[in-house]
Amino acid sequence: MTDEVVIRTDKLTKRFGNFIATDQISFDVYKGEIFGFLGANGAGKTTAIRMLCGLSMPSSGNATIAGFDIYKQTEQIKKNIGYMSQKFSLYGDLTVLENISFFGGIYGLTDKQIKEKSESLIETLGLQKEAKKLVGSLPLGWKQKLAFSVAILHDPKIVFLDEPTGGVDPVTRRQFWDMIYSASDRGITVFVTTHYMDEAEYCHRISMMVDGVIKALDSPANLKKQFNAASMDEVFFELARGAKRKSD
Amino acid sequence: MKQFLIFVRKEFYHVARDSKTLLLLFGMPVAQIILFGFALSNEIKNAKVVICDYANDYASHRIIQSIEASNNFDVEKSILSHEDLEKSFQEGTIKLAIIFPGNFNNDLLHLKKAQVQIIADASDPNTANTLTAYATNIMMGYQKELQQSNTGQMMINTNVRMIYNPELKGVTNFVPGVMALVLFLICVLMTSVSIVREKEMGTMEVLLVSPFKPVLVIIAKAVPYFALSLVNLTVILILSVFVMGMPMNGSILLLFFESSLLILTALSLGLLISNSTSSQQTAMLISLIGGMLPVLILTGFMFPLENIPWPLQMIANFVPSKWYYIIVKSIMIKGLGFSAIWKETLILAGMTIFLLVVSIRKFKIRLE
Repeated sequence: MTDEVVIRTDKLTKRFGNFIATDQISFDVYKGEIFGFLGANGAGKTTAIRMLCGLSMPSSGNATIAGFDIYKQTEQIKKNIGYMSQKFSLYGDLTVLENISFFGGIYGLTDKQIKEKSESLIETLGLQKEAKKLVGSLPLGWKQKLAFSVAILHDPKIVFLDEPTGGVDPVTRRQFWDMIYSASDRGITVFVTTHYMDEAEYCHRISMMVDGVIKALDSPANLKKQFNAASMDEVFFELARGAKRKSD
Repeated sequence: MKQFLIFVRKEFYHVARDSKTLLLLFGMPVAQIILFGFALSNEIKNAKVVICDYANDYASHRIIQSIEASNNFDVEKSILSHEDLEKSFQEGTIKLAIIFPGNFNNDLLHLKKAQVQIIADASDPNTANTLTAYATNIMMGYQKELQQSNTGQMMINTNVRMIYNPELKGVTNFVPGVMALVLFLICVLMTSVSIVREKEMGTMEVLLVSPFKPVLVIIAKAVPYFALSLVNLTVILILSVFVMGMPMNGSILLLFFESSLLILTALSLGLLISNSTSSQQTAMLISLIGGMLPVLILTGFMFPLENIPWPLQMIANFVPSKWYYIIVKSIMIKGLGFSAIWKETLILAGMTIFLLVVSIRKFKIRLE
């Protein structure tokens, strides 16, 4: 983790009519950091992440992603980020190798790069036997690990993970986080949303969103100290209790 | 460009691995052609007809020979009394009776006109009409023959004129209709479902986050279905010309060009549907129900458009397959060139551009 800022938001706001989904959020995320983006359902996490990925235009405020302006330089931003949605984001009717070469291909990797990446990826994940099987036939945990590997195939500066470990067993989740750490060690910034409070402990820093506003932002240890809590669970409840919006 | 090709290859994988879709793609046209061409044909074959030949002379024999030669009729020659004829009609054993009065040939030669009585079972008016038309047509043929050999004008009183389809073949009506139906429906259905599937699976978000251009997503998705539709068209054409006996009088190239235009219209409509729905089921329902009924009813091959109420006629003008149907008939049956169908082509092209612009606009708005 360095002091180099890769995500900077300044009063970033998204309104849908009278409803303010995210209300003037401002924060910095540093290179190689694992940044946890927490909040109850309906707190505005997804809206925020969608704005940062260029899927949604902010109503007001500014942001730079990997040094590029969120309004004017969306094309450069797209080349420098990876994204894994909460829905499973690979093609079930394509084989492991076909998925890798497709996503590598649309990010503009050369055939040679794709070949090298596929080989090393399959070896790291231990998928030698499954390389030519359809992804749909793999167990969910493997799919998620593969999806993450594909999301960082093009060596993005930042990877956005939107609830990546939903429905995955604890052992696989642990392995998944090992992969996140190794990505972070390679200098990839990880921006992750989650509902699991044990996962929150793994993050370098955490932001807690309540009703579209960031209520707290610090390392897990400092947050626990600040709220005089034994675990992140307690911190979350302490903050979410004040929410006025109904979770959906 | 390389990225685009990679995307197209992915789309071909999707199609090739979905056996149900493939079956639908290639099974439906074949089934439709055979179903409409054979089973639902409005052509009548081997209808029982009784011919009462009181004349028993040269002219009547010649006409009866032609009737026997036609495969529309199954001829029984016997002199039946009025009561017996009525009985046969009541029992339904015959559909038509043709009665030549005595002195038929003489009347024709000396009075220059002769009469034939045709009695049809009009409890089924369509069959009656068709059979009467077949019979009159044969009489007319003989009359024409006489006029060519003799200089005199001899009249057998008929005034029916049928151009382009003298044998009243049903296939000429149905094949262009089925082509329009199959190409249109399959393209609308396939595009809408394949795009909505990406939305439903969550892969669309991943694509939109990637540097791959959204417009290219649309085009790349359309390519495989466009190609498959052309294959489909070829299968339909081969089937209809070589199996169903459909004429092919015009330019095949022109036909493929016009068909490509219809396919494009359908692809754009499919795109529009996919933009307005978020589940595959909804997309399928809208495409099938919203597409099937108007195409079946308002294209003109099931029911003549002239016979439907004018508000529906107005609506029919917005059904692309109506124009395509006219185009196909003009090319295949009448053998006309582009100059005869430029208006229809222009209308189709206009519809395509309109649909494309609207759906690409909507696609972009969805990203915001």
